[in-house]
Amino acid sequence: MAWDSRARRVMMIYLPLSCFVLILLFPFYWMAITSFKPNAELLNYKEHNPFWISSPTLAHIKHLLFNTAYPTWLKTTMFVAIGSTFLSLFASTLAAYAIERLRFRGSPYVGLGIYLAYLVPPSILFIPLATVIVQFGLFDSPMALILVYPTFLVPFCTWLLIGYFKSIPYELEECALVDGATRLQILRRITLPLAVPGLISAGIFSFTLSWNEFIYALAFIQSGANKTVPVAILTELVTGDVYQWGALMAGSLLGSLPVALFYSLFVDYYVSSLTGAVKE
Amino acid sequence: MSVTTLPSRGVALRQPGWVARLFDYKPFLIVMCLTPAIGLLTVFLTYPLGLGVWLAFTDTTIGQRGIFIGLENFQYLWTDPLWWGAVFYSVFYTAIATFGKFALGFWLALLLNNHFPLKSLLRAIVLLPWIVPTVLSALAFWWIYDPQFSIISYLLVDVLHIRTTNIDFLGNPWGARFSLIAANIWRGIPFVAISLLAGLQTISPSLYEAAMLDGASAWQRFRYITFPMMMPILAIVMTFSIIFTFTDFQLVYAITRGGPVNSTHLLATLAFQRGIAGGELGEGAAIAVSMIPFLVFATLFSYFGLARRKWQQGEAND
Repeated sequence: MAWDSRARRVMMIYLPLSCFVLILLFPFYWMAITSFKPNAELLNYKEHNPFWISSPTLAHIKHLLFNTAYPTWLKTTMFVAIGSTFLSLFASTLAAYAIERLRFRGSPYVGLGIYLAYLVPPSILFIPLATVIVQFGLFDSPMALILVYPTFLVPFCTWLLIGYFKSIPYELEECALVDGATRLQILRRITLPLAVPGLISAGIFSFTLSWNEFIYALAFIQSGANKTVPVAILTELVTGDVYQWGALMAGSLLGSLPVALFYSLFVDYYVSSLTGAVKE
Repeated sequence: MSVTTLPSRGVALRQPGWVARLFDYKPFLIVMCLTPAIGLLTVFLTYPLGLGVWLAFTDTTIGQRGIFIGLENFQYLWTDPLWWGAVFYSVFYTAIATFGKFALGFWLALLLNNHFPLKSLLRAIVLLPWIVPTVLSALAFWWIYDPQFSIISYLLVDVLHIRTTNIDFLGNPWGARFSLIAANIWRGIPFVAISLLAGLQTISPSLYEAAMLDGASAWQRFRYITFPMMMPILAIVMTFSIIFTFTDFQLVYAITRGGPVNSTHLLATLAFQRGIAGGELGEGAAIAVSMIPFLVFATLFSYFGLARRKWQQGEAND
């Protein structure tokens, strides 16, 4: 009976689970292996096993780093992602604090209003936003992206942080008020330090989303040097009819690494905040 | 009870200045706290949304202010086969991809809800497709779908000998349509799975124990406990998924750019092609605005269709 239940477990759980993992990870494996394959192997499946590399090469990565503007794109993307993350954290922390801790008439409606903004997809906004960006003289500038990304980051971060602030006991703030602390001191010295896990998960979320964003970056940025990695790979590296698959995959791999690394460092915060947010 | 309050360390040792005292005035503090968030959202979201609706009623082009032309853009779209094609594919893409994502994502969530070693590592790995920038994984799919060097064709032709010719994934309309849907499902599974997993973990084990005592089978436990208890979360996650699948842009733009012969245009890519690349801002805005009724309908349908069963969750669980 023990063996029978184990066989059953393998069939019902481990087998489908392995299929899922295999399929979900295969494109990354394929991306990685293509990045290190010499062109001869890349385009010849008859003599080489496509699933393995017999003579790995760094040529594609070298080409990417020294013959293209890839380092500049990485720098721009990093700048935009960090800038918009900080701006969003600043705005949403204050908003969440006001909505959850300062409780005023209509505060639930303000919260709902900010949250509804999350449901407005960028695909509807990019055309009018392009004209707004031009009016502000920000066209083709990374600043435009830093200012625009918070429109989809602030709603989610605010929602997440409201949940975190809710979990901090009011008594702590009340004690400080009795002791004569000002509201700002309370925010800076009591509420914020206690909300650090929430701030970290909101930060990771914002960083990954900004790194990922595509349509605004495609519509608002024109010059090669100001492009973000996803846009630049697609518009600058894909040229002509012969695709440089090695360099393209190397670019995708390098562009995915910062997010994957950043995320793996904080994965516990991330998953727990995601599950926490759903539980709300 | 002691009446003396000792100054607790760190807090309120200095006398607050007038600025700090101004911030103690609650209405002022509330306004100051809400200004950055609401300001950003008003300038870069609410205003453009209104502007977009206005642009849809004008003949604005890039570099030229347009004049109000009423419903002309929409009348034109009504007669435009490409717009109808995009509407068809957007609905088709959303329906099939959402179904696939939820069927497979729910299954994966149920699998991940079991106990086995390296559980948290596995969850982290499973989330990867969702974390990595869509365009970059889309490029990997583009390479997987290559007409000559597709690894899928290689497997089918040279390893398994099921076919004799390579599959031209992106060369024909239906092939391209389903290839994009497959990539979208692949990308969407992790988010659905992790969100639903969170939901599964909120279901009290005592419900299952009671059902087991009553002799319920595994399928009955799923049908009468898991499924109804998951309804509220399913409703929320599905609403999100539908909105973001319907307005998807990146995958299609990266893999097919709407081709072959415009068969894979979603409304978003068509709006980009007409509005930004083609310079017809007014017409592009009209295409973007034409997404709104579909979104409102889909939201109402998925949210209220599923969430009306919320009472089954029991009280005090809101």
